[in-house]
Amino acid sequence: MQFKLPLFPEQASSVAVQVDAFYLFLVLITTFFSLLVALLILFFVIKYRKRPGVEAEQIHGSTLLEIVWTVIPLGISMVIFVWGAVLYYHIENPPANALEIYGVGKQWMWKFQHPGGQREINTLHVPTGRPVKVTLISQDVIHDFFVPAFRVKTDVLPNRYVYSWFTPTVPGSYHLFCSQYCGTKHSAMIGEVIVQKPDDYAAWLASGKAEGSLASMGEKLFQEFGCGTCHRPDSGARGPSLQGLYGRPVRLSDNRVVVADDNYIRESILNPNAKIVSGFQPIMPTFQGVVSEEGLIQITEYIKHLSVQESEPLNNRTNPTELRDNEVPTIQQELQQGSQPAPTPGKKP
Amino acid sequence: MVKRRDLVSTNQTTTTEHHPALAHHFDNMEQQQGASTFGMWVFMLTEIMMFGGLFAAYLIYRLKYYDAFKAGSTSISVSWGFANTLVLIASSLTMALAVWAAQRGDRKKQVTFLILTMILGAVFLGVKAKEYKDKWEECHIPGHVIGKGFNTWGGCDVNNPKLGNIADEMRDPKEHGDPSIPEVSAIQTAKQTEIFFSFYFAMTGLHAFHMVIGLGLLTWLTLRARSGEFGPAYYTPVELGGLYWHFVDIVWIYLFPLLYLISRHQHHG
Amino acid sequence: MSTAVTTVKPVMPAKHYLNDNYGIRSWLLTKDHKRIAVLYLVSITFFFFLGGIFAALIRLELLTPQGDLFQSDTYNKLFTMHGVNMIFFFLIPSVPAVLGNFILPIMLGAKDLAFPKINLMSWYIFIIAALFSLAALVSGGVDTGWTFYTPLSTGYVRTNVIVMAVGILIAGFSSIFTGLNFIVTVHRMRAPGMTWGRLPLFVWANYAASLIMILGTPVIAITLILVALERGFHIGIFDPKLGGDPVLFQHMFWFYSHPAVYIMILPGMGVISEVVTCFSRKRVFGYSFIAFSSVAIAVFGFVVWAHHMFVAGISQYSAMVFSLLSFAVAIPSAVKVFNWTATMYKGSVTLETPMLYALAFIGLFTIGGLTGLFLAALGMDVHIHDTYFVVAHFHYVMVGGMVTAYIGGLHFWWPKMTGRMYPEAPAKLAALITFIGFNLTFFPQFILGYLGMPRRYHSYPEEFQVLNVLSSAGASVLAVGFLLPLIYFLWSLKYGEVAGDNPWNATGLEWTTTSPPPTHNFHEVPVVTEEPYAYGEEEGSGVH
Repeated sequence: MQFKLPLFPEQASSVAVQVDAFYLFLVLITTFFSLLVALLILFFVIKYRKRPGVEAEQIHGSTLLEIVWTVIPLGISMVIFVWGAVLYYHIENPPANALEIYGVGKQWMWKFQHPGGQREINTLHVPTGRPVKVTLISQDVIHDFFVPAFRVKTDVLPNRYVYSWFTPTVPGSYHLFCSQYCGTKHSAMIGEVIVQKPDDYAAWLASGKAEGSLASMGEKLFQEFGCGTCHRPDSGARGPSLQGLYGRPVRLSDNRVVVADDNYIRESILNPNAKIVSGFQPIMPTFQGVVSEEGLIQITEYIKHLSVQESEPLNNRTNPTELRDNEVPTIQQELQQGSQPAPTPGKKP
Repeated sequence: MVKRRDLVSTNQTTTTEHHPALAHHFDNMEQQQGASTFGMWVFMLTEIMMFGGLFAAYLIYRLKYYDAFKAGSTSISVSWGFANTLVLIASSLTMALAVWAAQRGDRKKQVTFLILTMILGAVFLGVKAKEYKDKWEECHIPGHVIGKGFNTWGGCDVNNPKLGNIADEMRDPKEHGDPSIPEVSAIQTAKQTEIFFSFYFAMTGLHAFHMVIGLGLLTWLTLRARSGEFGPAYYTPVELGGLYWHFVDIVWIYLFPLLYLISRHQHHG
Repeated sequence: MSTAVTTVKPVMPAKHYLNDNYGIRSWLLTKDHKRIAVLYLVSITFFFFLGGIFAALIRLELLTPQGDLFQSDTYNKLFTMHGVNMIFFFLIPSVPAVLGNFILPIMLGAKDLAFPKINLMSWYIFIIAALFSLAALVSGGVDTGWTFYTPLSTGYVRTNVIVMAVGILIAGFSSIFTGLNFIVTVHRMRAPGMTWGRLPLFVWANYAASLIMILGTPVIAITLILVALERGFHIGIFDPKLGGDPVLFQHMFWFYSHPAVYIMILPGMGVISEVVTCFSRKRVFGYSFIAFSSVAIAVFGFVVWAHHMFVAGISQYSAMVFSLLSFAVAIPSAVKVFNWTATMYKGSVTLETPMLYALAFIGLFTIGGLTGLFLAALGMDVHIHDTYFVVAHFHYVMVGGMVTAYIGGLHFWWPKMTGRMYPEAPAKLAALITFIGFNLTFFPQFILGYLGMPRRYHSYPEEFQVLNVLSSAGASVLAVGFLLPLIYFLWSLKYGEVAGDNPWNATGLEWTTTSPPPTHNFHEVPVVTEEPYAYGEEEGSGVH
C-alpha cells in the first residue's frame, strides 16, 4: 500500500486558488463554532456537575441571548452566501474569448473534440494561460464532468448542452472524474486532463491526425444533408439564413425572442417545430436519429463560423444580446431593409 | 407537578352510559367525532399533495409542448368528459343527502342515497372504461406494451387510416384544424402527444383508482347503514365517507378542464 | 430536610401492557400503541443491521483502490441497498414509530393515539413495504443509487427497480399514517391542563416532523409511481429520448427527499431536549424558541430542495435563491444547539448514558450542520458536490446526529418501556466506542471529498487509499459500538435491574405511571397544572 497522504488537491486553475481561500474561511468558521460548542459543553459538564447541596438554577431563557445567537449566525451565513454566490457567478460564466472544446459523455467514456478536429478519448489536452470552455452533452444517462484540480464540475445531461470553463495554470496531468452515478462502470469513467504550456499544446495539436477542423467537418455534413437547399441567405429561401446567426437573438413565430446558442441550434436540427422563426413555415424535417452527437457539434461549429461580413452591428450595439425584444427585426425585415449583407456562399472559415 | 384526580376526567359527560361506538381511548363521542373528522381532513391534505405533484408535472410539460398537448386535448371526447362531470356532481349530491339522512337517522333514505351514489360512481367508471377503449382502438395508449403501440400519426387501422390520426386532425378544417400546417410538422407534433397521453392515463388512472376504493368504502357503509348503525348520535363514518367522495369529485373537477378543456379547438395563430 | 432517605427497592408492576395478554394474536392484532412501538422496534432493528451489513461490505471493498472484492454491479447494489434500507426502513420510522408511538400519547396524558387501528395498519403497511424491499433484494438487488436518477433508473438498468420503487412508496404511506395520527392526537387528545405551551419539546418535535410527513411524502409516492409506470409501460415522462426531462425527476424527488431529512432529524432533536433537561436537572433554556424553531425547520425545509441540484443544470438565478434559503434553514438548528448548551449552564449535570449520547449529538450535529454550510455555498458546492464530502456531511447529521439521538432515547426510555434498567457500565463503554468509531470512520471522508474522491466509486486512485483505510478501520470500531447495545439490551430484559416508575427522576407525564405502563397508560387520569421541565420543584421519593 502506498503511503501517500495528500490533504488538498493540486491547484491547477485560476479559480482553484479562490475556491481554496473560501474553503479555508469555511473551515475556520466550522472549527471555531464546533470548538466553541464542544468546549462549552465540556466546561459546563465539569463546572456544573452534580454536587451535594448544590441545586440547579431554573432559568427560563433570555430573549437577548436568543436574538444574539440568531443574528450572529445569520450575519455569518449571509457573508458565506454572498462570497459563495459571487464565486459561483465567476465559475459559471466563461469569458468571451475562451477556447471552445466539445465533449460527449457516454457510458462509460469521454470523447472530446478540439476545434481543429483533433479527437481524444478519455484524455483532454488543454493549454495553460487562456480560458477553456468545454461544452458537454451526454449520449445516454446523466454523467458529470469533474476536475478536482480545477475545482469545476457540471452534470452532463442528455439532450441538452451544458458547459464548464477554467483557465489552467500549472502544467501536469490531473484526474477527470465522472461524478454522477451512471451505472456499472461509473468508477471507471475516469479521464486525464493534460495541461500543457501553449507551445507544447500547439505541438500536440499539430501531431495528431485530424480530419480537418470541426467546422470543416460540419460543413461537409451541412452539404451532405442538403441543409443549404433551404437555408440560403436570399429572400426567397424556404429556411432562415444561418449567416451570423450564432449568438444573435431570433424572433419566433409566437413573438418570443430567443438567443441562437448551442442548445437552440441542436434543438432546431432534432426538433424543428419547437421554435419556428417568424415569417417562415414549419416545414423542416427532423434529423433525429440521422445525425450523431458529434455530428451535431460539428455542424454547430460550422454555423458559428458563418460570420457576418463587414457590416455594422445591428442597431450600432456590439453585443447582440443587448437588443431589446421589440428591436429585434425579423429576418424578412432585415432582408427588405438591406441591412443583412449578402454573404459569399460556401466560404470556408 | 401533576395533581391526580380519581375516577373520571373533566371532559366526560355525566351520564355513565357509553355509546356502543365510543372507542375506549376517547373520553366522549364529541372528542371522537372531532378527532375523526380532523383526521380525514389531514388525509385529504396528503391526497392533495399527491395529485398536486402530478398536476404540477403535467402543467410543466404543457408549457413545454404546447402544440402537442393542444392536439392531445382535442383528441379526447369532451362530451363524455362533460357527461362524467355531471354524473360525479350528481353523485356528490346523493352522497350529501346520504349524510343528511344518516344525521336524521332515516335508515331507508341513507341506504337509498348511498346506493344511488354507488350507481352513479359505477356509471362514471363505465364511461371512463369506454373512453379508455376508444383510446385503445385509436392507438393512443403510450408506450409499446399495451395495445398495438402508440401511433398518432399514421392512423391505427389499415382499413381506417383516419382512426386516431392526430396528425391529420391537426390539419383538417372540418376538425377545426389548420390546413396550412405541413404534414411533416403535424406528424412530429403528433409524436410528442405521447407525453400528453402518459399524463392523461396517469391522472385519470389515479383518479379512477381512488373511485374504486371509494366504491368499496361506500359498499361497506351501505351494509352498516342497513343494520341501522347510524343516527344522530353517531354518523361519523358516513360523514367521513362523504368527505372522501367529495374530495374525489373535486379532483375530477380539476382534471376535466386541465385535460379536456384548455386550449381545445383554438385556431392556430 | 431529612438526610436519611429510605429507598424502597422498586418492583415490577403485576400487570402491564406486556403481560396483559399473551399469544401471537394479541400482538399481531393489538391496538395498543405501546405494543405497536415494540413491533416497530423489532422491525427497524432488523433493517438497521441489514443496512449495516451492506455498509460493512462497502467499507471492506474500499480498503483497496482496486475493485477487487466485488464486481462493479454488486458494489453498486450494495450502496443502493444500504441507502434505501437505512433511510426508508430505519431512519424515517425510527424515533417517531418507536419512541414517538410509545411515549407521545403518555406524554400527552392520553390513553392511546387518536386512531389505534390506523396505527396498527401503519405497521402492517411498513411490513408489506419491507417485503417488497426484501423481494427486490433477493431478486438481485437494485443498483440505481437510493436517488433513482432518471434516465438511468427508467431506461438503463436491468435490476428490479419497479419492485423497489413500489416498496418505498408503500413505506411512505406507513409514514403518512403515523404523521396523521400524531397530528390529530396532539390537537385533540391532550390531558386537561396540557396547553400547547406546556407540551414537552419531544411532542413539538414530532408534531413538526409529522407535518412534513403528511405534506412531503405523497410527492415521493407519485414520483415513484411515475418512475414505475415509465419503466413498466415504456412511456416517457422523464425520458429525454421522448422529450421528457430528467431534471424534472430530480425536482420532484428532492421536493420530498430534502424535507425527509428533517423528518429524520427533528424527532431526534426532541429526544435531546428531553434528555438534556433531565440530566441537568433544569428546565430547558428558551422553550418557545426551541418549539418554534422545530416548526420553522419544517416550513423552511420545504423550500430548499434544489440545493441538491446546483450543478444539475438549473438556472443560476434559481441556484442563488435556493442557496440563500438553505442558509436560512440552518439558523433554527443553530438556535437549538445553543439553547441546549445553555440548558446545562448552572445546572446539576450527571453523565448517565442517555446524557452521553445527547452530548455527542450536540457536538456531532454541530459539525455536520456546519459542513452543510459548505454545501449551501454555491461556489464551494461546485467542487464538493457528489464527492465524499457530502457523504461525510450527511453521515455526521444522520448517524452522529439522528442514530445517536435514537440510541440515546432508547436508553432513556428503556426502563419505561421494559421495566428494566440496562447495565450502565457496558452502556457507557459502548457510547465511547461508538463515538470514537464514528469520528474515525467519517472525518477522513471530509478530506477525501475535498481531494475530489467522488461518491459511489467502487475503485479509486491510489492516493486516496490511506484515508479510506482509516475510514474502514473506524467502521469496524463503530460496528462494535452498535452491536454492544443490541447485546446488553437483550440481556437486560431478563437480568436488568428493576427500574421503578421514575428511575431518572424526570418530569413528564410518562414518568408518573408505572414501568412498564399499564395497557391504558394511566391508572388515574392526570391533570396538568405546571410547565414542562419543572425540575425546580419536584415531589416524589427520588434522591437528589
